[in-house]
Amino acid sequence: MTIPLIIYRSLRQHALSTLVTAASIAFATGLLMTVWMVKAQSQRAFVETSTSFDAVLGARGSELQIVLNAIFHLEAPPGNIRVADYEQIKRHPAVKAAIPVASGDNYKGWRIVGTSPELFTDVEYAPGKKYALEEGRLFSTGGHAHEAVVGSFAARQLGLAVGSIFHPSHGLARASGHEHEEEYKVTGILAPTSTPADRVIWIPLEGVQHMSGHAASAESELSAVLVQLKARTAEFALQQYYNKQGDRLTFAYPTATIIADFFNKIGWFDRVLALVAFVVMLVAAASVLASTYASMSARQRDIAILRALGARRGMVFGVVMLEAMVIGALGALGGFAVYFALMTGVTELIREQTGVVITALSWHAVLLWCPLAMIVLGALGGVIPAMKAYRVPVAETLSPLS
Amino acid sequence: MLIVRNLTKSFTTPEGAKVRVVDVAEFHLEPGAQVALRGESGSGKTTFLHLIAGILRPNSGSIVIDGTEMTALGESGRDVLRAAKIGYIFQTFNLLQGHTVLENVLLGMSFAPGGVDGARARAMLDRVGLSHRLRHFPRELSTGQQQRVAVARAIANRPKLVIADEPTGNLDNRHTASALDLMKETCRECGAALLLVSHDDATLARFEDVRDFSAINRMDNASRTPWGQPRKPGEAPRRAVE
Repeated sequence: MTIPLIIYRSLRQHALSTLVTAASIAFATGLLMTVWMVKAQSQRAFVETSTSFDAVLGARGSELQIVLNAIFHLEAPPGNIRVADYEQIKRHPAVKAAIPVASGDNYKGWRIVGTSPELFTDVEYAPGKKYALEEGRLFSTGGHAHEAVVGSFAARQLGLAVGSIFHPSHGLARASGHEHEEEYKVTGILAPTSTPADRVIWIPLEGVQHMSGHAASAESELSAVLVQLKARTAEFALQQYYNKQGDRLTFAYPTATIIADFFNKIGWFDRVLALVAFVVMLVAAASVLASTYASMSARQRDIAILRALGARRGMVFGVVMLEAMVIGALGALGGFAVYFALMTGVTELIREQTGVVITALSWHAVLLWCPLAMIVLGALGGVIPAMKAYRVPVAETLSPLS
Repeated sequence: MLIVRNLTKSFTTPEGAKVRVVDVAEFHLEPGAQVALRGESGSGKTTFLHLIAGILRPNSGSIVIDGTEMTALGESGRDVLRAAKIGYIFQTFNLLQGHTVLENVLLGMSFAPGGVDGARARAMLDRVGLSHRLRHFPRELSTGQQQRVAVARAIANRPKLVIADEPTGNLDNRHTASALDLMKETCRECGAALLLVSHDDATLARFEDVRDFSAINRMDNASRTPWGQPRKPGEAPRRAVE
């Protein structure tokens, strides 16, 4: 009872400095856990999402750009490919599924992507998971069926429901182009998939190809073809065929590796992040040191009294160390509140910007080691003040001041 | 109960000179005795009490408390002996300001081998008339009440010896008498010897056995001032000579 009581009373007596120090540790812990989790989870989510298709066939250019555009609906495609290229790869015996995509329009900044209905009927976007309609039906193809199926997140953000009418605008971003004449009717809303498909307005491929105002060549062009292979034996031949011959097409394969490579290339970011994390942690430890050390000056007499009552040097040393650890632990605990608050905002932002869904509730080792490190660093910050407590000269300190 | 022999203690002045503050050839205290030492400010009596309590280590000599040779013990051994057998009442009471009245008494017991006894702590506070102030903090008490908390804390773990250093120095005359009576009665009740030092005649008058500390302590007259005088705010602590 003695040690916890002394620590509790001491922390209460210096409530303001305890609070400020614990809050600074909480912010450091929360920030660190958030940044780490966002990095780790987004990397995993991006790689996982990219595995829905083994490869992407696009115009000659950066593999990363092709994958980001066709699968994540980010960036612009490096160029267009011919419908004939799509038909050719679709017929290849090693290809299980080939889904054409054509982009170039938006509605209020949300991408409109033309595709074939097979994307929703034949393809698994994750192992064992196919796209499903939450309400309504798929768009009709061919002719002048101006119909759209809207991803769940886009529908919610745009307030679109089955039966809604909208005019597509030209360009990939909101302010980039004029409004097309065509009126599109929403026929279905996709069930949430936690993939970038949630933030896309899907229309028939022909819709993009024949959109008024598009160049005549658009009728025989696509942005890319999403490819699933039957067996991973043909990829070498396909890579050789598309990448080594001619200069028109790029066969981006394997998509997961391309995304993983991208994250590896920005590995320096990890190192900067780690460095920042350690600096933040050291600053937090220093704040424990500063606040505990400052309170030590005011507490010298209390420590001398405890010693006079029979408390041993080792005990007062331990009390001060434990007190610093408790401040660290309070901060670490508060760090989780900061973490959840920050993650709520950040996950929403990432989802809005990329369609990739990450969650604060997912497990990662950083959620254990970061708070523990803060407690240990808090204790380290307590060493010097504890030494000061250890050395308090009892007789001199207790001599009355006149 | 207490036997002091050939006890010496010196300090080094800020100028580097060594000054002998305590030089006591012989001092005895029987179990349950109540003795007052008369000593002027700067006579080394506080240092003498710190030596007996084991807060300071002497340069030479012997201090035997209840059969235990204090000077043979290391610092932690002296801490344990002090916690177990000595109660200390300071002139400025030295209550822990961040702790309640009850907690001050409980903490006083917590370092002794017997450990914390909540019922005993409450009983002691009841004995000194503060059972209605258990949850109060020292700053919420009058000076006289703070003194009574200090008394309760000193006797709570049934010490063999209670040391009181100018315990009435901060009290007015009316409270001095009652505080002294309380100290003497409670020590008698728990069988503790009481060794009190004071320069105040009114305080000393309430004791039958009053001894002159200047007759016991053969300290160098030249060192009487400023050693033993209260430290001025900001003044550096004096360094004990080990």
